Amino acid sequence: MSSKAKTQAERLLAQPATLMLFAWMIVPLAMTVYFSVQYFNLLYPNKSSFVGLENFAYFFTYPSFWTSILNTVLLVGCVLLVTVVGGVLISVLVDDHFPGQGIVRMLLISPFFVMPTVAALTWKNLLMNPVSGFFAWIATSLGMTPVNWFADWPLLSVIMVVAWEWLPFAILIFVTALQSMDREQKEAAQMDGAKAWDIFWHLTLPHLRRPIAVVIMVEAIFLLNVFAEIFVTTNGGPGDATTNVPFLVYTQALLEFDVGAASAGGLFAVVLANLVSIFLVRLIGKSLTAGAK
Amino acid sequence: MSTAKSRKQLWRNIRTVAAWAVGFAMFFPILWMLLTSFKTELDAFHMPPSFFFTPTLENYATILERANYMHYAWNSIVTAGGATVLGMVVAVPAAYAFAYHPTKRTRGTLLWMLSTKMLPGVGVLVPIYLLARDLNLLDSRTALVVVFAMVNLPIMVWMIYTYFRDIPMDILEAARMDGANTWKIMMHVLLPVSRGGLASTALLCLILSWNESFWSLNLTTSQAAPLSALVASFSSPEGLFWAKLSAVSTLACAPILVLGWLSQKQLVRGLTFGAVK
Repeated sequence: MSSKAKTQAERLLAQPATLMLFAWMIVPLAMTVYFSVQYFNLLYPNKSSFVGLENFAYFFTYPSFWTSILNTVLLVGCVLLVTVVGGVLISVLVDDHFPGQGIVRMLLISPFFVMPTVAALTWKNLLMNPVSGFFAWIATSLGMTPVNWFADWPLLSVIMVVAWEWLPFAILIFVTALQSMDREQKEAAQMDGAKAWDIFWHLTLPHLRRPIAVVIMVEAIFLLNVFAEIFVTTNGGPGDATTNVPFLVYTQALLEFDVGAASAGGLFAVVLANLVSIFLVRLIGKSLTAGAK
Repeated sequence: MSTAKSRKQLWRNIRTVAAWAVGFAMFFPILWMLLTSFKTELDAFHMPPSFFFTPTLENYATILERANYMHYAWNSIVTAGGATVLGMVVAVPAAYAFAYHPTKRTRGTLLWMLSTKMLPGVGVLVPIYLLARDLNLLDSRTALVVVFAMVNLPIMVWMIYTYFRDIPMDILEAARMDGANTWKIMMHVLLPVSRGGLASTALLCLILSWNESFWSLNLTTSQAAPLSALVASFSSPEGLFWAKLSAVSTLACAPILVLGWLSQKQLVRGLTFGAVK
């Protein structure tokens, strides 16, 4: 075989992955688009018919729809804020050497490896239970009334659980990024009498700019899809207080069996995710492939 | 001078204490889950909470007996393991082609692969559910293996690609000069050199698949349900036994937690597609 033919042959090695991913993306997506313009209820499978944009109209005027968008935005926004700000502060705190540094880092990143259903149930039952949860005991010990977390502050409770799961991810990334920081530059700045705050503001934060962008992008993708935490704790309630877009689509599809409406909602989720990701990929996509030929 | 020094030492001590406090606070829910798993149900509900108690293995015994833990654990092992194997088999050749024989379209293809990660699960939930139903794959391990592999494939290709890119082309060229074909180069040169990177890629896929909850909750009921679904079944009111919930949670998380600790450095690379080193 000539070397050119060989190169051609070796390029074909990329095909299985490319084709499988393409099928994984395009087949369901095409079906979702098709279903979204059909009346299609799993309970009455023979009654399906073309209904145009009716499903979208139904979905957009559904009372829970706007609540679910607001909840999605609040959940993603608050968790991003907590994890990025908290992640930067904590990783700066554990960056310099101190006794037990390795152990503390292991403790800090542990929640990331806990599966979502476990994280959610542990928080709900062992920590946030208003009668015998750990937080209730702290509140009682301090002479306060225990908070009935998931009943009175449902969305905040979900946000707390999800933030706990994702803070370690931010710490993991930022700690790694800080290791590649120029120590000499920092020491030189200290010699010149720079305060800790100045170093943080003028050296550390700029150094963390790209890692922060990466954390925001990766987390945004996962946070737009939060499902299990809501499924096992509040089931979207009380009412629709913790229903986000994924959960609303799930209730339409697998609880109300309205495939048409669920597909319209699913497409909306796709558009939402892509709006966010186009913006974010622009932000960091260049640096991701900077080394690619 | 000495006051400046002692003040510096004081600051250092405060920092150490603060770092330990934050680490302990983050870990506390896991620690509390672990402690509760060794309590009796009575102790688990007791107020004030008991930090010192006579530990019991009763919950673990009950879980292993009654909840059929092994059935779910086996499902987790098979689906996460299967997805990892399937993903690696497809991802390694792709990464090889992208890294050593790039075309004009390679950069675009890589970014497109990444963008499939941004396709929300709910966007394709209905069709995947119906396809699985019509193919008689609802509540089957096969469906989960394929879905987990597809969900993680972009990350795997990217991760292996970044490892391969760091391996000098010269090594491969030398082997080619010696008359080795593509298969031999891959098996005898490339894979041994990048063993560490491939291992951490597989590990990341294993961890993500093991913890995956959206698809396992929606595509399985009992036959193929992995541990994340077993834990979720404890959310029903009649399942409210905290000590047992804690025991099953501990059993579900422990292996992955240990794997995570062992591989934290490599994970950063995978999770950020090599953008942060």
